[in-house]
Amino acid sequence: MADQTPADGTRATPVASQPPAASPTPAPPQITTSPVRKAKQDRAPEKDPGIWRLSRRNLLTIAGWLGFFGFIFTSTIGALRFMFPRVLFEPPTKFKAGFPQDYVVGEVSEKYKDEQRVWIIRDKDGFYALIAICTHLGCTPRWLPADNKFKCPCHGSGYYKSGINFEGPTPRPLERAYIGLADDGEIEVDRSISFRYERGEWIKPGAFLPYIG
Amino acid sequence: MFESLKKTDVYKSIFRHSYQDTQRNRALQIVDNVFLHLHPVRVPRHATNIGYTWGMGGITFLLFIILTITGIILMFYYRPTAQYAYEDMKYLMNDVPFGPLMRNMHRWAAHAMVLTVMLHMFRVFLTGSYKPPRQFNWVVGVLLLVLTFLLSFSGYLLPWDQLSIWAVTVGTNMARATPFLGHEGPFGAQLGMQANNDVRFVLLGGTEVGPPTLLRFYVGHCIFLPVIASIFMIVHFWRVRKDGGISGPETGKKAF
Repeated sequence: MADQTPADGTRATPVASQPPAASPTPAPPQITTSPVRKAKQDRAPEKDPGIWRLSRRNLLTIAGWLGFFGFIFTSTIGALRFMFPRVLFEPPTKFKAGFPQDYVVGEVSEKYKDEQRVWIIRDKDGFYALIAICTHLGCTPRWLPADNKFKCPCHGSGYYKSGINFEGPTPRPLERAYIGLADDGEIEVDRSISFRYERGEWIKPGAFLPYIG
Repeated sequence: MFESLKKTDVYKSIFRHSYQDTQRNRALQIVDNVFLHLHPVRVPRHATNIGYTWGMGGITFLLFIILTITGIILMFYYRPTAQYAYEDMKYLMNDVPFGPLMRNMHRWAAHAMVLTVMLHMFRVFLTGSYKPPRQFNWVVGVLLLVLTFLLSFSGYLLPWDQLSIWAVTVGTNMARATPFLGHEGPFGAQLGMQANNDVRFVLLGGTEVGPPTLLRFYVGHCIFLPVIASIFMIVHFWRVRKDGGISGPETGKKAF
């Protein structure tokens, strides 16, 4: 079988197996490890090690890439941490709400609703503080004295004076905030401590402040 | 494992040829340029039939351009701080020459873009244009749909009135229930998530919607989300060209 490949070797040729028989030329074709030679435009330049071949010569290249990805990685971590602020300029969650005798039995006090989003309710035994965040999707409900209920303007959830839900889409009662007495005898409320009825937390100390006096 | 990864459509869509320094790859680096793929080489006869595609993808892109231009114009008068945002919006609407026109164009184009992007998806579904070889472009399209919604949602906060604050309060409250990353979601509490360190906290820049939220949504709305959306749009258009051009009725023969 004669070698039909053009001189520049663009076609694949099994060169290794059959050197031309009785050829007068002395040098047989070179034995290559790859049996199929790629077309010229698909061949890498001579002695190109490729990007994955490690050698002493491309040590600096590897170090450069490691440095690059190291930089990207640490920058990403830093950027993520950057998005968590250390200081929040939000109103403090703990506030004083006057003396117990200032409240009238049966009253739902809206005095601290605008600033603190909390209702303080005085029933005949004592006080509890309801957080004015609708447990459906987080709007602020309104206290409707005529209907004796809390009503959310967003989607119509309704709650009894105790905070238990009875109408609308909300799945659970309003949450109660910590309520207690400060050292000076004033009522103290902390919004960041909440008590949830469905977890049986309303009987815990702090969810209710009995009236003594 | 790396070899099987190389055979996936995702890999082949991102890395379009091998890295080996050959003449062919050097030529492909130039010829695969996305700017050479924005327009089709030839227009097939069926592409003139508006009734097939409704032109919804193109109209969506046109609206995106309108939104970019009017949005940049609005940035000249709008300051994203709690003190000024609402007043600047009122100022734009009442006293800035052509201010109402620019803001209304921005607003209505945003509404229209949400609509056209959904109609585009609906058309692709009806004509079966999500089927191979276009399946990867469907995935890119779904990402673009989500990005469009996020752009619309983040822009909704910027007027800083009661409607937008409460809409965003309600919307971001859903992030509380994110699995693992939200403090009220599944496994969130077990991973130590609280109101002041979960994914909602990062979105809002605080534990409730406040001035930091306005600034975060503004940066996301004006820079972060449009850039991400533009990158995915480039991939989207590039894939349209590679998957046989604008989709048309099945004729049994190749369009080109």
